[in-house]
Amino acid sequence: MEWTDIALTGLIWALEILAIAVPVALSVAYITYAERRVIGLIQVRKGCNRVGPFGLLQPLADGLKLFLKETIIPSQANKILFVAAPVMALVPALVAFAVVPFGETTLFGLWDTAHVMAIAHLNVGILYILAISSLAIYGVLMAGWSSNSKYALIASVRATCQMISYEISMGFALVCVLMLAGSMDLSVIVNAQTGGFWHWYIIPLFPMFLVYFISGCAETNRTPFDLVEGEAELVAGHIVEYSGMWFATFSLAEYGAMILISLLTSILFLGGWDAPIPALDFIPGTVWLLLKTSFFIFVFIWFRATFPRFRYDQMMRLGWKVFLPWTLAWIAVLGLFTYAEELNSSLTILSDMIGYYQPWRS
Amino acid sequence: MQLIKRAFKTWMLWELVKGLALTIRYLFKPKITVEYPEERTPLSPRFRGLHALRRYDSGEERCIACKLCEVVCPALAIVIESEEREDGSRRTTRYDIDMTKCIYCGLCQEACPVDAIVETQHFEYASETREALYYTKEMLLDVGDRYESQIAANIAADAKYH
Repeated sequence: MEWTDIALTGLIWALEILAIAVPVALSVAYITYAERRVIGLIQVRKGCNRVGPFGLLQPLADGLKLFLKETIIPSQANKILFVAAPVMALVPALVAFAVVPFGETTLFGLWDTAHVMAIAHLNVGILYILAISSLAIYGVLMAGWSSNSKYALIASVRATCQMISYEISMGFALVCVLMLAGSMDLSVIVNAQTGGFWHWYIIPLFPMFLVYFISGCAETNRTPFDLVEGEAELVAGHIVEYSGMWFATFSLAEYGAMILISLLTSILFLGGWDAPIPALDFIPGTVWLLLKTSFFIFVFIWFRATFPRFRYDQMMRLGWKVFLPWTLAWIAVLGLFTYAEELNSSLTILSDMIGYYQPWRS
Repeated sequence: MQLIKRAFKTWMLWELVKGLALTIRYLFKPKITVEYPEERTPLSPRFRGLHALRRYDSGEERCIACKLCEVVCPALAIVIESEEREDGSRRTTRYDIDMTKCIYCGLCQEACPVDAIVETQHFEYASETREALYYTKEMLLDVGDRYESQIAANIAADAKYH
C-alpha cells in the first residue's frame, strides 16, 4: 500500500467521522433548545424565544456561557478520575454512532450496488452497540466516586444499579429482534423490514418495543428514571461537583445517548430508512430515518414533561420483575412460534405468521 | 371482570397514555406568557412601587415632619430630620428612604396623615450601584412631581374603599 493510499483512506475516514460527529454535536445543541421549547409549550409557557429569531441562537449562548465558566475541581477530589469521567461518559455515546447506518446510497448512481451509510459497517453492530453503551456507566461511576461527595457517590451507585438492571432487559429485547431478522447487522435488520409499515418489527414485537424504549430512557438517565440526579434528594447527582465545560460534557453525553437510543429504536422497530408505505419511497431513506428519530426524541421530551420521577424501589421492580420476565417470555414465545411447524404440523399457521417477519427462514 | 379490566389497563400502560394525552393537549393550548418588556400585566391602583413625596397644588410640600412613617417603618428604611422653617412651620430637612431596606409594605403611606409619602406604580428603577437606591428628599419630591397625575388618579380610584 502506497503512503498516498494510506493518507487517502485516513482522510476519508476522518471525513466520515466528521460527517457523523458534527451533526450529532449540533443536534445535541438543538435538542436542548427543542427540549426547553417543548416543555415550555406543554407547561403553557413560551419557552426561550429571546436569543435570535425564535430563540434559535440560545444553544450558542448557552454553550458560550458554559465554555467561559471556570471549571472547579474540588480540592478533595481525585483529580485524574474527576477530569477523565466526563470524557468517559462522552466517548461511548459518540463511539456508538460508528456502526449506526443512516441509509443506503448508490452515491447518485456512482456505485453499482447500494452501500450502507455508516462509518463502520459492522456485521455484529448490535453486539458492538450493547458493549459500547454499557461502557457509559463508567463515566457516571467515576464522576460519582472521584467527586468525593456523598451526593455524587450515592448517585453513581444508583446509576450503576439502574443501568445494569435495564441493560439486561434491553439486551433481551434486542434478542427478539435478532430472532426475527436473523442477523446482528443493523442494515440487514432494516432490510428485513422493507416493504411498508406492516413489515416493521413494532407489530410482532410491540411489547419489546416498549421495553426497549423505556429501558432506553432508564439507560440515558432521563425522566422518569433520572433518580441519578434526583434533585430533591441528591442535588444534581453525579454532576453535583462539575461546572463549566466538564458539566456540559455530561449533558452532551446524555443527549448523545438519547439520539442513539432514538436512532436504534427507529432502526430496530420502525424499519429504519424504509418508508411507511412503498408509495413514499421517492423520499430519501435518510429523511425517513431522521424523521422517525426526531419523533422518538420528541417522545423523550414529552415523557420528561409528563411523568414524575420513579421511586427507587419501583424502578428496580420494573426492571427486574416486569421487564425481565416479559422479555424472557417473549423470547420463548417467539422461539415456539418459529419452530412450531416442527413440533406439530397443525401449528404451521403459527410459524407462517411469524415467518412473515423472518426473511432468513424462507 | 374488574380484575381483567384492571390487568388490561395496567399492561396497556393506560394511565401513562392518559397522562401523555393530557400533556399533548396542553402543547397546543394558548400560552399565558407575558413577554415583559414589550407586554405588561395591568397594575392595581394600590400597587406599591417606588416612593414619592407629594406637594400641594400651590407647590408647598405636603410633609409636615410628623415622623409617623419613620416610626411605623418595620424595616427602619426611613430617616427624617426636621427643623422650623422661617415662616414658623415644621418641615423636614432630611427625608431619606433606603430602597435596599424597604420591604414595600405600604405602612408609611397608610400612616401619613397628609398623604405626603405614597408609593407609586413605578417599579423599574433598578440601578447598577447601591448609592443610587438611597433616595433623598429631593429625589423623592422629584418622583412625586413626575408621577403626580398618576398618583392623584390612583388615590381617587381607591378613595371609595377607604
